[in-house]
Amino acid sequence: MAESAPGTGLFGMLAEFDKPERLLDAVDKARDAGLRQLEAYSPFPIDGLAERLRFKDQRVPLLTLLGGVLGAAVGYGMQVYTNYAFPIDIGNRPLVANPAFMLITFELTVLFAVLFAIGSMLALNRLPRLHHPLFDLDEFHLASSNKFFLLVFGNDPLFDEGRTRAFLETLTPVRVSPVEHTEIPE
Amino acid sequence: MTDLAPTARGYAAITGEIVGIALDYPKRRAWWICFGVALLLLLSFFVSVTVLFWYGVGVWGNNIPVAWGLAISNYIWFLGIGHAGTLISAMLLLLEQHWRNSLNRFAEAMTLFAVICAGLYPLVHLGRPWLFYWIAPYPNTMTVWPQFKSPLTWDFFAVLTYLIVSILFWYIGIVPDLASARDRATRRRAQVFFGLFALGWRGAAHHWARWRQAYRLTAAIAVPLVVSVHSEVSLLFAAGPIPGWTSTVFPPYFVLGAAFSGFAVVSMIAVILRHALGLQNLVTPRHLDLLAKFLLATGLMTAYGYWSEVFDTLYAGEHQEMGTLLDRLGGVYAWSYWGAVLANFVPLQLLWFRRVRRQPLLLFLISLSVTVGMWFERYMLLVTTLYRDYLVSSWREYHPSFWDWSLFAGMLGVFLTLFLLFVRFLPIISSFEVKEALFEEKEEAEEATETAHG
Repeated sequence: MAESAPGTGLFGMLAEFDKPERLLDAVDKARDAGLRQLEAYSPFPIDGLAERLRFKDQRVPLLTLLGGVLGAAVGYGMQVYTNYAFPIDIGNRPLVANPAFMLITFELTVLFAVLFAIGSMLALNRLPRLHHPLFDLDEFHLASSNKFFLLVFGNDPLFDEGRTRAFLETLTPVRVSPVEHTEIPE
Repeated sequence: MTDLAPTARGYAAITGEIVGIALDYPKRRAWWICFGVALLLLLSFFVSVTVLFWYGVGVWGNNIPVAWGLAISNYIWFLGIGHAGTLISAMLLLLEQHWRNSLNRFAEAMTLFAVICAGLYPLVHLGRPWLFYWIAPYPNTMTVWPQFKSPLTWDFFAVLTYLIVSILFWYIGIVPDLASARDRATRRRAQVFFGLFALGWRGAAHHWARWRQAYRLTAAIAVPLVVSVHSEVSLLFAAGPIPGWTSTVFPPYFVLGAAFSGFAVVSMIAVILRHALGLQNLVTPRHLDLLAKFLLATGLMTAYGYWSEVFDTLYAGEHQEMGTLLDRLGGVYAWSYWGAVLANFVPLQLLWFRRVRRQPLLLFLISLSVTVGMWFERYMLLVTTLYRDYLVSSWREYHPSFWDWSLFAGMLGVFLTLFLLFVRFLPIISSFEVKEALFEEKEEAEEATETAHG
């Protein structure tokens, strides 16, 4: 799924549904009809919706794991390094004291894993993005309340203003609206 | 299916009910009265901290050997209260318990504010609080690093991690509701405020999918974090070779005690908000019932900790440990031990009855008693242990001074001010998760009818 670039006709065609089941059904039918550049919008996460749109991205869990490993290394490494850099010799106790170091190592593992999980989620979702062509549509504010939307992007190979609209009309939507590109700041 | 979600009403009604509170707060007068009280308490915080910074820790009742007084017992108390929020939201999310949806948002907010209060205590207790950043490792001109084998540094990392993780977990959980508020806001200021903090969220399926991955992973990591943070506190005790602080039951006992006090505070907040904002549809008697069961369960586990501590001492029969035990049961601070036992466990037994569990006022009173009882316990654990150790020469009593108490009152003000601002300006219940639960329950019900009809 890639958004259509500005200056290429319409941004997309948006169909509004009043029930989550209708949206799920519409996604299936759109995929069957050969449309590929699709996005669905819902006020709450719906089980299986992303999978129907062929979502297979596992980068968030992987990056979380990476963050955890990195955090453990940084936490442990920092303590070992500082104890050699500034040795505090008390009763000839060992400088590298693993039992005492584990706590901070664990805390930093958690901290880095969470920072990576949330950071990668935002980055991969391209958020924050305060401006989006959909926000220009009046009815779209219901996407966070009780309506469900299907968007066919304008850069889909099969996209054609008239035919896409006619196709979406067959899916029993509340309404179908074209989505314009928003002006780009000069 | 259950009386957990308002099944009869639609998604729009839920959005309106929850988000509407943030956009157009209904009971402004009551809110202003509460906020006024909170601000007075907050003033007490600023005065106490100014006096403390001006004259030093000497204004407190702390002495040698009781160098850890009210500041540290309140630190543990506040940190403990925070734990239930993370447990409710993270653990119950992973277990797919939908009833958490009506509670998790304000429970997490409670965690956040309690951790802020907890974190302030060790800072002001430092003696030279303006040098607090010395416990953070940073390349300074003195080429000195923090002592990583010191509990103070552990505290720094544990509390900081806990605070950051709680903020992030709470924030990504609230973003979709901020988007809801943005979309419904009519006033310019609210539109800008919610618009900025909603990050441009638009509920795209790909976004939800990644959001779920991140949210669940954070929850999965937060559960062991909760356990580690309070075990760290007990480890901090064990690092001081003082009789009464070295029992091996301490880590689980601390964590469960923390959850116990936290569930008590969540129950109180739930009862108050439900009553004040008319949320009876969303926080139903069933929620109170489940909270009460959690309270009872964690309470009984904490009681096991008390018992096990006594048993441990008697079984080991070590002279100094026995002395500490006798001091707890009958010494100068016996009031704190028996106060803890009475306030924590006696009213709690009423929760065996279903009717009591579903009765908001009774649940509130029992929870209040537990909150006070757990405060007694933290005080007892610190003071009865420290005021008499091995040598008679280092025996000395501890009495909190006026400034100890005024800072405590002030800290309650910090908590209340932040919490009231949250209640006033943000969606206090997770509206999208209530809707999600509603949808899933409906689907399950439909599937059940389909199978029943063959």
